[in-house]
Amino acid sequence: MLGALSECNGVSGNEHEIAQLIRDQIKADDCDISEDGYGNLIVRKGVDTRPRLLLAAHMDEVGFVISAVEKNGLLRFQTIGLSPNILLAKTVTIGANRVIGVIGCKPAHLSKQEERQKPVAVDSVFIDIGAGSRDEALKIVNIGDCATFATEFREANGLFYGKAFDNRAGCYILIRMINDLDIPAYYAFTTQEEVGLRGARIVAYRIDPDIAIAVDTTASGEWPAEKDIPTYPAIGKGPVISVADRSIICDRKLVGFIEKTAQTEGIPYQFKRPMIGGTDAGSMHIARSGARSAVVQITARYIHGPMSIMAGVDIENAYNLLSKTLQNLPKEASEWN
Amino acid sequence: MELAMRLCEAYGPAGREDKVRDIILAEIKPFAKSIETDRLGNLIAFLPGTEKRNEPIMFCAHMDEIGLIVTHIDKRGYVRFTNVGGIFPEKILHQRVIFENGTIGVIGVETKTETPKPFRLDNLYIDIGVDDRETAGRKVKIGDIASFYQKSLVVDDRLIAKALDDRIGCYCLIETMKRVIENKDDIYFVFSVQEEVGLRGARTGAYKVNPKYAIAVDVTTTGDTPECPAMEIMIGNGTAIKVKDSAFLSHPYIRNRLIDYAEKAKIPYQLEVLQFGTTDAAVIQLVKEGAISGVLSIPTRYVHSTNELCSMKDVQSTIDLLSIVAEKGLNN
Repeated sequence: MLGALSECNGVSGNEHEIAQLIRDQIKADDCDISEDGYGNLIVRKGVDTRPRLLLAAHMDEVGFVISAVEKNGLLRFQTIGLSPNILLAKTVTIGANRVIGVIGCKPAHLSKQEERQKPVAVDSVFIDIGAGSRDEALKIVNIGDCATFATEFREANGLFYGKAFDNRAGCYILIRMINDLDIPAYYAFTTQEEVGLRGARIVAYRIDPDIAIAVDTTASGEWPAEKDIPTYPAIGKGPVISVADRSIICDRKLVGFIEKTAQTEGIPYQFKRPMIGGTDAGSMHIARSGARSAVVQITARYIHGPMSIMAGVDIENAYNLLSKTLQNLPKEASEWN
Repeated sequence: MELAMRLCEAYGPAGREDKVRDIILAEIKPFAKSIETDRLGNLIAFLPGTEKRNEPIMFCAHMDEIGLIVTHIDKRGYVRFTNVGGIFPEKILHQRVIFENGTIGVIGVETKTETPKPFRLDNLYIDIGVDDRETAGRKVKIGDIASFYQKSLVVDDRLIAKALDDRIGCYCLIETMKRVIENKDDIYFVFSVQEEVGLRGARTGAYKVNPKYAIAVDVTTTGDTPECPAMEIMIGNGTAIKVKDSAFLSHPYIRNRLIDYAEKAKIPYQLEVLQFGTTDAAVIQLVKEGAISGVLSIPTRYVHSTNELCSMKDVQSTIDLLSIVAEKGLNN
């Protein structure tokens, strides 16, 4: 299932396919599934009680959108959440028909040395789908079509290799919690996180949770250290608990509870590097009159690129940590004061 | 005055406002009809009005201050950090900081010649007086947040302290609440959290209170120091009635009402057009169907440093004007 989720295309704003795939994967029959006008998929499981729980994982991924077609059939594009430096010479698939293209650039034979040393600008590269003219190209793609990297999912030595682990990893964990456990909560698969935590804002407004947890991925910090600087979090060393990022200062009680659960249950965990990135929790904690919110993340190397690496053991431990946390969460309002 | 000094000295970076909230709670308990702490940690005190016209007013001042969050402890026990809110690297070098558990440290800078000038936050470290990572790890850990450690001082009419932004606003709200005997309209005094990281508490607080009118009380910079950018705000010239800042335009009705009240009561005031920065009012004005909003500012020098400076005369004018608003309401 993780492989299917990873290979599915769902760039921000075009989550239709991935939403359908997630729907198909939800086998539990004791839940209500609904979709809102923004494309968010909301699964309610069990009886609705207070404190009301909301778990969110975003479905969307980074990618490209086709913006123009040149006379010679080459496609111009804009990026959604991608750094231009990773683009060159990658294979992509475009639109619902999975048209294959390659991000072209001048080969070394034809380019001057200065050209080769320049940083990549999005408007200096193009996607080549093998079309010979504009008309030919427009028969198989259209302006506004979304593209992602054409990356096959692989598994080796307990590690997963693939695209869009940010955040199909989170989606995968939520689907398993819905299917295999019996924890009453709202489970949301949100849209447009990568472009500004947008879907989650609407979900949290609708659900009005007391407690909200975003399940997401975070960038590995494993880089060769130039000086004595942080190299955490690392893959394989447990789910990541966030204290604060650019979008939220997490609720101390909830964070404390998650950490205590990990310790009691013997689940390895690590802390996220503070104040980096943002997640759906950033939107959820300030919706309406606010929700106590936290973030649990899977570490992945090279997120927002064509190929990420993450550890299977982190997924299992995150699943366990979230499950145990929610099962033991204090239910009385007084316990939260 | 003692209260203002104590509020400023208290530890309370964004997301860690508990100690400030405790001080405020103890002060206002006898004066409020009801008090609650919401899920984000905002302290909301209610003073019911004598006229039942359902036009609640929200006064808002934020409890939090800027701070430093631990990202890493190196082998020799030096603590690396990044910012919580708007920290200027050049303003914090060699300042003392304190963690919530009382651990104190001083900020140092890498001194190799290739250290960029002006240096960045990642060239700085906190020296907490230990010799290795293990010992340091017993005192602080990743994600712990420090505030500056600074005694408050009074020099003539000037108050010099850290975190005047915005404990002095909290002080104004507290003193107003103590002074007001009878108010026409319902008033919610909201002591908000997490202003410095993006006006977060005020948003959820305003959603809960759903005010018709709102006034935020915060600090503003001044134009009265040597070779500073032009600004018509001077320390000691009265409370500042905001016209505009970088994310907010005062509702003309509120601005004019405040001017009118100030002139009738002969309260010194000045008009503030602030180029950089904003206040909780920027989000309060847009919550739900919107609140008609304005701001009273306390002119303050050296904002976001460990020695912010304001005049107690301006603080007094702010309390005087806010008290009139509290008593008479804004719809008359």
